[in-house]
This record gives sequence, C-alpha cells and structure tokens, in this order.
Amino acid sequence: MSLASQIVTVTAINLRSIPQRMWVSLSTVVAVALVVAVLLSFLAMANGFQQTLRGSGAPDVAILLRGGAGAEINSGVSRDQLRLIEEAPGVVRTAEGKPLVSGELYVIVDAVKKASGTQANIALRGLGPEGFAIRDGFRLVEGRMYEPGAAEIIVGRSLLDEFAGFELGKQVRLGTATWTVVGVFEMGGTVFESELWADVGAVQSLFRRTNFFQSIRARMENPEAVSALNDYSQADTRLKLAVKSEQAYFADQAGGAGGFIQNLGWPLAVIMSIGALAGALNTMYSSVAARTTEIATLRAIGFGGIPAFVGTLTESLLLSVVGGTVGALLAYAFFDGLTASTFGGSFTQVVFSFQLTPELVVQGVVLALVVGLIGGLFPAIRAARVPLVAAFGEK
Amino acid sequence: MSNAPLIRIFKASKRFTKGKETITIFENLNLSIPQGDFVAIMGPSGSGKTTLLNLCGGIDRPTSGEVHVAGARIDSLPEGALSKWRAANVGFIFQFYNLMPMLTAAKNVELPLLLTKLGGAERRKRVETALKLVNLADRLNHLPREMSGGQMQRVAIARAMVSDPTLLLCDEPTGDLDRTTADEILKTLQLLNRELGKTIVMVTHDPEAAKYARRTLHLDKGVFTERDVAAA
Ligand SMILES: Nc1ncnc2c1ncn2[C@@H]1O[C@H](COP(=O)(O)OP(=O)(O)OP(=O)(O)O)[C@@H](O)[C@H]1O
Ligand SMILES: [Mg+2]
Repeated sequence: MSLASQIVTVTAINLRSIPQRMWVSLSTVVAVALVVAVLLSFLAMANGFQQTLRGSGAPDVAILLRGGAGAEINSGVSRDQLRLIEEAPGVVRTAEGKPLVSGELYVIVDAVKKASGTQANIALRGLGPEGFAIRDGFRLVEGRMYEPGAAEIIVGRSLLDEFAGFELGKQVRLGTATWTVVGVFEMGGTVFESELWADVGAVQSLFRRTNFFQSIRARMENPEAVSALNDYSQADTRLKLAVKSEQAYFADQAGGAGGFIQNLGWPLAVIMSIGALAGALNTMYSSVAARTTEIATLRAIGFGGIPAFVGTLTESLLLSVVGGTVGALLAYAFFDGLTASTFGGSFTQVVFSFQLTPELVVQGVVLALVVGLIGGLFPAIRAARVPLVAAFGEK
Repeated sequence: MSNAPLIRIFKASKRFTKGKETITIFENLNLSIPQGDFVAIMGPSGSGKTTLLNLCGGIDRPTSGEVHVAGARIDSLPEGALSKWRAANVGFIFQFYNLMPMLTAAKNVELPLLLTKLGGAERRKRVETALKLVNLADRLNHLPREMSGGQMQRVAIARAMVSDPTLLLCDEPTGDLDRTTADEILKTLQLLNRELGKTIVMVTHDPEAAKYARRTLHLDKGVFTERDVAAA
C-alpha cells in the first residue's frame, strides 16, 4: 500500500478518536476561537473606521488650513484669506459666476451617547452658502434646511442614531445659545454624518468668532488644480495656507487612528495566541499519550511513522481550523456592522461601523492555522517516535 | 513440523542503560525454534520474556548478537525494511488485545491488509475468512466495546492471522481472561498451530496455558531451561 493511503487510514483512525478526548480538544477549539474573534473584532473596527474616513473625501475638493495646523480644530483662517481664495485660479464657479468656496467654522460641543449615557465631543460645523455644492452625496432626508443666520441646525444620520437629544424639532443648548434641530441629512455614512451643521454666520456670532474661520473648502476644476492651488497659496505671503485634497486629508487621519486600532489588535492577538498555543500543545501531547498503544500497535503491524506524524498534525490543524471558523463566526455575529464611535482626527467623535471582510477572515484563519501547526508539530514528532515496544506496554 | 529453524537467536545480549546504571537482561543468549513449533515461554516477572518476544518480532533490537527470523537477519534491517518484514511475516497478539476502539471487528482485522496490494473485495473476503476461523462471523460490524474480552482477543487473533504470516507472537494472550475463555483462546491457537502449521511463540505466567504448547522454555536470570511440562 502506498504511503498516501497509509496516511489516510491512520489519519482517519486518529480523527475518529477525537471524541474520546472531547473536553481537552474542546478547550483548544475555544481558545483558538477567542483569539480569532478578538483579532477580527479589532481588524473589523480598524477597517470600518478607515473605510468611513477614506470614503469621506473627494479628490477634487481642496481643504485649506493654516500652515502646520494639520487638522481643522487647530487651524485659523481670516475673512481676507477667504476672499483671496475665492479669486484663486482653478476654482469652479457657478453659472452666476460665484466661486464654489466655503469658509467653515468647526466647534466642539458636548453630547450624550445613547448606548453608554456618557458625554462625548461632537463637531458643530458652520458652512458657507456654497458648502453643499462642495459635498457630493448630501441629501436632506427629513425636515428642512437651516435659514441663513438663524440658530438652526441639521443633524447627520449617524450622529442622530448614536447620540441623544437631536431628534427633529428638539431644542439643543450648544455653547451659550439654544439651537433648534430643523432637519436630518445623510451623506453616504461618511464622517460628515457624525456632525451637526449650521450656517457659518450663525455659528460665528453665537460662538463670538466674527470674521473667523477654521478651514476653507473649495471645489477645484480637477485633482491637479488642488496641488496648483497649494503652489499658489505658498507663493502668496498673505495666504501661506496648506492645501490638500479632502481625500488626502481624511486618508491621513484614517491612517492615524485606524492604524492605532490595528496596531493594538495584532499584538493583543499574538499574546493571546501564545496562550492558545500552550493549550494546543497540551491537548496534542495528551492526544499522543492517549494514543501511544494505538500508534505502537499500528507500527508493530507494519504501518510507518510518517502516518502517525501526519495524523497528529492533521488533528491539531483540524481543531484549530474549527476554532478559527467559530471565532470568525463569533466576530461576524457580534461585531460585523456594529456601530461605534470613537475619536477621529480632530478630537471629535466619528461614527462608523465594524466591517469584516473576507480578507480579514482569511487573516484570522491563517493565525488559527499557525497556532495549529506549531501546536501540532512537536507532538506529531513525538507520535512518529513512539517506541514500538509500547504496543506491549501496560494497559 | 520441519526441522529448519524459523527463529535463530545467536549470542544475543540485551542491556538497558538508565542514567549511569546498566541493566543486563540477558547475555549471549542462544535460541532456536523450528518451523511449526508452538513454544510457551515462562519465567519470573522481569526475566526478559517480553523483551525476547520483541526481538523475535523485529520490534526491538539486541544490544549485540544476531537475530534470524524467517530467512532474514532482522537485527540489522533498516527501519523501513523491518516494517515491511513485520507486515509480511509476523502476527502479534497482545494481552490487552490492542484493538482500535473506534473501528468495527472487520475494520480492525482489515488493518494489516491495508499494507498489501489487495483490492477491497479481496480484503473483505479474507477478513470474513479470518473472522470465521475464530468463530466471529456474526460480529463483523461490532465495535470492541460491544464485545467480551474473549471475543476481543479472538478479533485480535483474526487480525494477526489475516495476512497469513508464518509466525505468531503472543504476550500473555490469556492474561486478562477467565479460565474457560482462556481455554477457548488457547484451543484456537493450538488449532492454528496443528491445522495451519503456524509457528507460535507464547509468553505466559499460567502453567495451564503452557500445557497447550508443544514445549515450554523457562527463562530465568538470562538463561533458558527446557522442562517437560507434563512431568512438572
Ligand atoms: N525500555 C526499557 N528501559 C529500561 N528497562 C527496561 C525497558 N524494557 C524493559 N526493561 C527492563 O527489562 C527487564 C525485562 O523486562 P520484560 O518486560 O522483558 O520482562 P518480562 O519477563 O516480560 O516481565 P513480565 O512478566 O512482568 O511481563 C525488566 O527489569 C524491565 O524493567
Ligand atoms: Mg512481559
């Protein structure tokens, strides 16, 4: 008989004996499942966060901040600078000749999370009249638009779902003034849906920041015009604003916080894997010990040592793959689509949902396989070296 | 019973080293067992009976000396060749049967045939013949746990016989069985020896069991003494 069919026979005998070691085998399955579930929950979280931020930016919208500011919250732009940008080359104009430029103010306000009842920072954005023309995918889904200059806000759908007290018609105290929620908007689940929007003039006066903006957004003729605008801005001493495409801006922020979550997930999973590995080794050594007479008997009959090796390794891989699959299913059941909010780049909450992708599941299963491979390798070597005289051993 | 020796052990020594200590089980031991013999080996516990059986079956090697069995010098065969040699020439019967608990009687008996080139139908036929030989034709699909000790040992005998080896090596085959069941097993072994010409070497503590053999060898302190069991 060929080695291959010997391996098949011995492996089948091996696997069919797993129920006799049910509890210790189950402990390995559970340990691997937990490791994979934890890893995948972190990866799904990082992925969801990054997808949300990446999906938020357009390549042909320029965002202008004070040089070195990095994020809107640290930036400051004057009305004069806004006027200069309105005249800049490459800026798209409406049929009436109005430049699609929006000076915006970005204020941090408090809100209460529905899920935990805790306070968190959210963003109130004041937009210029052309702010909507610069944002693709904006849809007002309930109520109406705010009136220019009025203490009225519209709320993003994600924010409405996650935070309490922003239902249509509600009065909210933001800063020293009372604001009325007049509308609800959606914007494809992007970061903007985690914001409150109001007229920039109203925000300027009620937060006492007259003639002051934090960022300028401008719709450009094409993505190349964004970098041309940067050169233009750097060349003018009155401007010296840093220009990035909105896409690049959000990608930077996604890399920061998303990378942080991801960098937390893998080390944690690796540390947990070491625990699971110890469990797998223990399980497989006890499997070999329990099967010693069986293995030696097969060897005495004439079977080789390699089938015993392969059988043991297969048992280990099987247990860990089952564990990995259970872990992936757990992650899918409990985390996929789960909505969470966390700090975005500007110290305000960004609402996003966990996204488990097939690629991430593959990473989880690969980790499970590595645990199974290492956890089975040394016991498998022991199995291949079981002394034949053990066949005559004590019962 | 022909006179050509099936087993010839020549000046075999066996020592175990445990740390600094060396235990000598036997030294320069000679043994010759002709084809068709049925030998019982008796002796005190620890005298080396199992060790001797292991040498005859190619399961263990002597520290020095030669072991010739069924025309091959097995003490110097490489591991792979020795496995093949065992599969072709020896059947083992153990005190605790050593059946695979999750396999049926038929599947257990089939195991040695999986190492041959025989097809499924032919294997099936031989398994049935072997189980018929030990009166278990009606237990083909029973698991070991559904059988008595005597039945399990008969399955083990069928497994040892199925590939038609010349030599059967039994270590305390009735050590775990009651008198009546033991006698049945021993009668079966006797039948295999007398009717089918199998050479049998059987280690036992039981003088009653030894009576079924053609002769008995006593191993004590590394030396063989042959006694007429009937006269003892
Ligand atoms: N692998 C080993 N390592 C060290 N010592 C061993 C080993 N195998 C056997 N021995 C020793 O060799 C001696 C003979 O063992 P063996 O099993 O052959 O005895 P036995 O005659 O079959 O005994 P019993 O009647 O109890 O089965 C014993 O003292 C035993 O402790
Ligand atoms: Mg013994």
